[in-house]
Amino acid sequence: MPSPYLPNTDADRRTMLREIGVGSIDELFEDIPEKVRHAEFKLPRPLSELELKKELSQLAGCNANLDNYACFLGAGSYRHFIPSTVEHVIGRSEFYTAYTPYQAEASQGTLQTTYEYQSLVCQLTGMEVSNAGMYDCSTAAAEAAIMACIITKRRKVAVSTTVNPTYRDVIGTYVKGRSLSIETIELGSTLSSDCACLVVQQPNFLGYLEEMEAHAQKAHDIGALFVAIVDPISLGMFKPPGQYGADVAVADGQPLGNPVSFGGPGLGIFACRREYLRQMPGRIVGRTVDVDGRPGYVMTLVTREQYIRRERATSNICTSEALMALAAAVYLATLGRKGLKHVAELCYHKAHYAAKRIAELKGYSLVFSKPFFREFAVRCPVAPSQINRALFNKGIIGGLDISGMIDNAMLLCVTEMNTKQEIDKLVEILRGF
Amino acid sequence: MSHHYLLPKISQPGKIGCSLPALDVPPAELPPGDLLRQELELPEVSEVELMRYFIALSKLNYGVDTGFYPLGSCTMKYNPKWHEDIAKLSGFASIHPLQPGESVQGALQLMFELQEYLTEITGMHATSLVPIAGAHGEFGGLLMVKAYHQDRGDKARKKILLTDSSHGTNPASAVMCGFEIGVVASDSEGNVDMKSLESAMDEEVAALTLTMPTTLGLFDPRMLEISELVHERGGLLGADGANLNAFLGRVKFGELGYDYVQLNLHKTFSTPHGGGGPGSGPVCVRENLADFLPSPLVNKNGGTYKFVSPAKSIGRIANFHGNFGVMCKAYAYIRSMGAAGLKEVSEEAVLNANYLKEKLKPYYHLPYDRTCMHEVVFSGRRQKAKGVHTVDVAKRLLDYGLHPPTVYFPLIVDEALMIEPTETESKKTLDAFIEAMKEIARDAEENPEVLHSAPHNTPVKRLDDVRAARNPDLRWEMRSQGVG
Ligand SMILES: Cc1ncc(COP(=O)(O)O)c(C=O)c1O
Repeated sequence: MPSPYLPNTDADRRTMLREIGVGSIDELFEDIPEKVRHAEFKLPRPLSELELKKELSQLAGCNANLDNYACFLGAGSYRHFIPSTVEHVIGRSEFYTAYTPYQAEASQGTLQTTYEYQSLVCQLTGMEVSNAGMYDCSTAAAEAAIMACIITKRRKVAVSTTVNPTYRDVIGTYVKGRSLSIETIELGSTLSSDCACLVVQQPNFLGYLEEMEAHAQKAHDIGALFVAIVDPISLGMFKPPGQYGADVAVADGQPLGNPVSFGGPGLGIFACRREYLRQMPGRIVGRTVDVDGRPGYVMTLVTREQYIRRERATSNICTSEALMALAAAVYLATLGRKGLKHVAELCYHKAHYAAKRIAELKGYSLVFSKPFFREFAVRCPVAPSQINRALFNKGIIGGLDISGMIDNAMLLCVTEMNTKQEIDKLVEILRGF
Repeated sequence: MSHHYLLPKISQPGKIGCSLPALDVPPAELPPGDLLRQELELPEVSEVELMRYFIALSKLNYGVDTGFYPLGSCTMKYNPKWHEDIAKLSGFASIHPLQPGESVQGALQLMFELQEYLTEITGMHATSLVPIAGAHGEFGGLLMVKAYHQDRGDKARKKILLTDSSHGTNPASAVMCGFEIGVVASDSEGNVDMKSLESAMDEEVAALTLTMPTTLGLFDPRMLEISELVHERGGLLGADGANLNAFLGRVKFGELGYDYVQLNLHKTFSTPHGGGGPGSGPVCVRENLADFLPSPLVNKNGGTYKFVSPAKSIGRIANFHGNFGVMCKAYAYIRSMGAAGLKEVSEEAVLNANYLKEKLKPYYHLPYDRTCMHEVVFSGRRQKAKGVHTVDVAKRLLDYGLHPPTVYFPLIVDEALMIEPTETESKKTLDAFIEAMKEIARDAEENPEVLHSAPHNTPVKRLDDVRAARNPDLRWEMRSQGVG
């Protein structure tokens, strides 16, 4: 059978070889040393679309998916409602089969929607400027820390112990790559004056809200930048980083219209104060005019970027997560001012309902008595792994086992996707321990 | 035209783009007011207005489904539609990255098998799927180089060599890993200048990163000698594997002497580019670097799959385990092509590129007149002499409904035009492109004004980049309408 993806016919091939002036396709590979030119490859026998769809559907069926299971797991990847508008826009192949918009006149769709994305991120975070997006929250945080070192000409970054441990690891990998250092600090302790920035997460990894104004002040007192890692859904009801003194705000944009997808693709949101614009990593789209004076959009400030500046670029990032940024823009525009607030409030009230009912159970208690959004830590009477097994058998994916950090503790997450019925069922199963 | 406004223009208080459920639990007390947000200034639009706005914008875009997209170095091949459907299956799209391993065995199996396939395709020893894009894979590869030398107590190696034709991410990634840069020249044939390499390759060099075929679309016939020289002098050899489409299913990086290679699944393995991502940039290594791979990998023990961390891993470089959604599509691609199919891919890609080269050679200057691989780099030198620049040629192509090639890269070719047709284009499409390029070459001689003023048929004409950079307008602002 001919391949649907190789449209040349045998006759085409013969004509083309004749035009090139060679007798066979093999001759075109003669620059490659003979002894490495004929490698053997052991791969499975090829299958048709029909056969593979069947096989891969079965493989997908081996996974417990969140359409069939109630889910109380968050910790950096969140299941939220995705309105159908998102899928129908990002499913337009004019968007998803385009490259990075190097040819602006043929890419106004990508460019204008990116400008919308940047604007919406600024509105949401209260920050002055945003780039077009980065890989994920962890790399955005790492690049923010490095940017702070470049701006302050200091070589150490301070990260709160309450930041997601994986984000801390990634920041560590990046700063050590540049031969800079990282210090993990308790937020109550003093900040040494050689730190380039203080990185704090809001709400933090354990779910509760930090006193961001005070931490910002502490960073600014020593001339360091304050980097806030935020949760974009929480900004539907909580104070945005631009209002508590953040110099850089980063977030994972996955919850904004992107499925959990086993952890990727995510989206690194990166926004900062305007004065740091020229040190910012990543692509930036700007509005301008064409030769006839009509408005249009281009990638701008490109002298920060690797393809112009090479080793003096602010980052090595090239391909990023443009389609996820488009999804985030459509999501924010679909929900809008009222919708995002409502979703945030649904999360808040449902999470508090769940927390209250669990705290009333014998043997369970909330680890912290601080305000929280949609995640909270619960101390359990037995090992969380044991509870999670029981939950799973009853169709529920339980919280994250954080007993490595806090004895017998579990980090639970409740979103608007969780119905009262699901929460009540969770509580009933917990009661059994 | 509808796209000349932005969201705030169609926003009206009280509108919304979807319906949402009411609260089904008793409300809790709100937290202290100083934690709360006063105003959320987002647009308010109805679903129909929202859809029309974004669909109007989609029509201003050019994708592979629109037409020929010969953007050199980017491998803009067709993206099979059913691969999209696979990635959207609930069992792949709706699974949480921190679910217990037993509940995601299917996903782990897919990742494990993809690791194995990529290891086999590159002729390496092991693969990490974590890197999110090509540059991220380069970053992972170079961190491993650093860790490898440090682990052996060799502290002097603080430099990365790369060629003057290399992609901008190569030097930028090296700097992100704390290395200094050394540049190796290309010779008049477009190959590595062996004298330049000889003199640069000292005991301070940690690795040479060498794209193969090079970004000139040429295979360096001295590849094996280069590899030998680098290793003899204690360095490692890294590949920017962005150009794998040239010898997919035919040549293995491992057999060329490479110690690591980063792949671009969003190029070679047919996953769509998304207008600038999501990508996926797995890094494959020889045995000497396997212990340093970015964490986590998937391993198989008996019939069970699980995440593990290599013994001396460079650590975490991303939130979770990579862009799984992209992996699903690349997996489907490999399984549908098989070994023989992948070999046909590179054969057709190279055939198409050489056909374009021969047919366009009479009209555009070909700086390296020899057999090319999957792409061919012309120079607009001849047209430049007439006052027409490569940018004019590119913009004029847009009037023909064709996407231009990559322009002004690689930097070592004056007025570069880098054309990569890929294997998914037919001779018919190539012939139409050739005709357009011929007419443009003729216009450059006889009617240059039509090139200088191009494009004429696009939604906007040439845009003012200088103004964009001088007075950055990077967002709209929206003041709330004062409606509570
Ligand atoms: C030769 C080469 N190397 C590296 C890259 C970087 O890959 P990515 O954009 O996926 O980061 C590209 C793509 O732009 C490329 O063409």
